[in-house]
Amino acid sequence: MTNLSTWEQFWYYLANNGSYVLSQFTRHFLISIYGVLIAAIVGIPVGILIARRRRLSAVVIGAANVIQTVPSLAMLSIVMLGLGLGVNTVIFTVFLYSLLPILKNTYTGMTSVDKTILDSGKGMGMTSFQILYMVELPLALSVIMAGIRNALVVAIGITAIGAFVGAGGLGDIIVRGTNATGGGAIILAGALPTALMAIVSDLVLGFLQRRLEPKKA
Amino acid sequence: MPEKNPIVTFKDIEKVYRGGNVAIEHVNLTINQGDFVCFIGRSGSGKTTAMRMINRMLEPSGGVILYNGEDIHKTDAVKLRRQIGYVIQNIGLMPHMTIYENITLVPKLLKWPEEKRRKKAEELIKLVELPEDFLERYPSELSGGQQQRVGVIRALAADQDLILMDEPFGALDPITRESLQELVKHLQEKLGKTVVFVTHDMDEALKLATQIVVMDSGHVIQNATPSEILQHPANSFVEELIGEDRLMQARADVTTVSEIMLKNPVSITPGRSLVEAIRLMRKRRVDTLLVTDDDNYLKGYIDIETLDKSYRHATSVSDILNTKIFYVVDDTLLRDTVDRILKRGLKYVPVVDHAGKLRGIVTRAAIVDMVYDTIWGDSDAEEGAPGLENTENKDNPTKSDSASSSKEV
Ligand SMILES: Nc1ncnc2c1ncn2[C@@H]1O[C@H](COP(=O)(O)OP(=O)(O)OP(=O)(O)O)[C@@H](O)[C@H]1O
Ligand SMILES: [Mg+2]
Repeated sequence: MTNLSTWEQFWYYLANNGSYVLSQFTRHFLISIYGVLIAAIVGIPVGILIARRRRLSAVVIGAANVIQTVPSLAMLSIVMLGLGLGVNTVIFTVFLYSLLPILKNTYTGMTSVDKTILDSGKGMGMTSFQILYMVELPLALSVIMAGIRNALVVAIGITAIGAFVGAGGLGDIIVRGTNATGGGAIILAGALPTALMAIVSDLVLGFLQRRLEPKKA
Repeated sequence: MPEKNPIVTFKDIEKVYRGGNVAIEHVNLTINQGDFVCFIGRSGSGKTTAMRMINRMLEPSGGVILYNGEDIHKTDAVKLRRQIGYVIQNIGLMPHMTIYENITLVPKLLKWPEEKRRKKAEELIKLVELPEDFLERYPSELSGGQQQRVGVIRALAADQDLILMDEPFGALDPITRESLQELVKHLQEKLGKTVVFVTHDMDEALKLATQIVVMDSGHVIQNATPSEILQHPANSFVEELIGEDRLMQARADVTTVSEIMLKNPVSITPGRSLVEAIRLMRKRRVDTLLVTDDDNYLKGYIDIETLDKSYRHATSVSDILNTKIFYVVDDTLLRDTVDRILKRGLKYVPVVDHAGKLRGIVTRAAIVDMVYDTIWGDSDAEEGAPGLENTENKDNPTKSDSASSSKEV
């Protein structure tokens, strides 16, 4: 019956702290989005670049891979040494983790465009910039979007840990719950919206990704 | 004939790929306005390399290429390519663009107004007999042959004068290929386009080209019209590329009767006696004799059946002479004679010159040999048969029958 009472407490907590939960939800979401967005702004051009210069790709993707293998709590602490407590540390950590999926997918998307299509585009007199934005990017877009989708789901998880460095977000509620005795309901109030955010983001971006898929037989 | 303005000129062109792979060596070539030029050769002979240098998809390592008299190296590559249609084997339609967008890609790059582009697309899709609503489809919704039709008209959309095609129909089934061949031939002939067409299919080249450029390991081996290539292959490599069958057929098309006729027909003059005639027949083992006068003018023939029946009351050849004789003139094309001999069921046909003098005979056996060679491509038959030594053509299909035995067929 404790379960039921936990649920009751959960609803009770939500009813009384609704605006607090909502504001942390928004904060959480924005932190994740900012991190991923910056990663996209950096990662997509770099991905395009290494798709053009294949010799660079091994080095760049290798480096991004190394970042990925560092446990997120450790990474958060390391970044904190540089940037101190606060939201910037979390955004930067999210950025680092989002880099690899975005970079790798951009690279894959760009390099998997059929060579004969690029050849015929060039042969018809497209400039290399026209080839990029009229052919390569449209054809690679769904793959790039898949990378962003991956990154965002991971980012939402990382942001939850961000509470440890005082960035706020839904993680903050979870931490509160762990500190309170019998705080199971409070933990739920932080954890469930986090999970919901991850699932919905995944669904929405998945839908977007399919919409962007080029027509193929 | 269209006037002969060179549209593309290769001057001592050389192409060495990175790693020292020499793909083209010292190629000099002129492509005239309105010509249909086929580059043909084995895989790796440099056809694609040569073609792709024309629109600067590749830069030559040495030499100069002129396009309409201008050194292309000094022009803007992007502008140049927009003037030259480009069709590749894998079609290369943009999968994320509709057929309309694909067709009008170059016009769009050239910033044509939408209205003009639409009109052009509708005009072109009609040209290849595809329904207009195909314009709104995506390439994946078309069959391979339909896609390649679009590939061809896409190369025309900006009114390009020159179209480069690299084995464009290699992947298509024979029927589709044929209809597309007709399409491009039509474009070249009716719209006056110049086409440079890479192929390794000699039939395709012979059918389409006005000029065939035979390439081998980076060199131009022969550059000539299809009929020149067929009649005078530059060397054994070209001969091999053409193939025995086509050489035989080509030969029948140009060989005259006098080239394959037997030159010592068994003949007799009208004044001789029938005894002499029958002796001659026995000696040469034939059942008919051609009859000529003293000046060798063909008069007719006698055969063994008439001779046998009339032996009692006739004495000389002239008494049983049959003047109803079918003959051919010596400069008639073999092609026409073959047909007649086969259709009429004649065993042989005497050959006369324009004055009517007997010059030789064409036997059914000789024709059988020729047909045999055409079908089986065996030209290594024994040569130097008696009675054939005058024949000019060494590869003459007529085999070692002597004049008389041929007549017995
Ligand atoms: N990018 C390249 N780098 C190095 N060598 C190349 C390159 N492209 C072609 N070659 C070489 O140049 C030669 C000519 O190639 P090319 O593609 O022009 O032949 P091709 O006549 O078109 O053959 P195919 O009928 O197989 O298409 C070949 O020996 C080939 O290996
Ligand atoms: Mg080729």
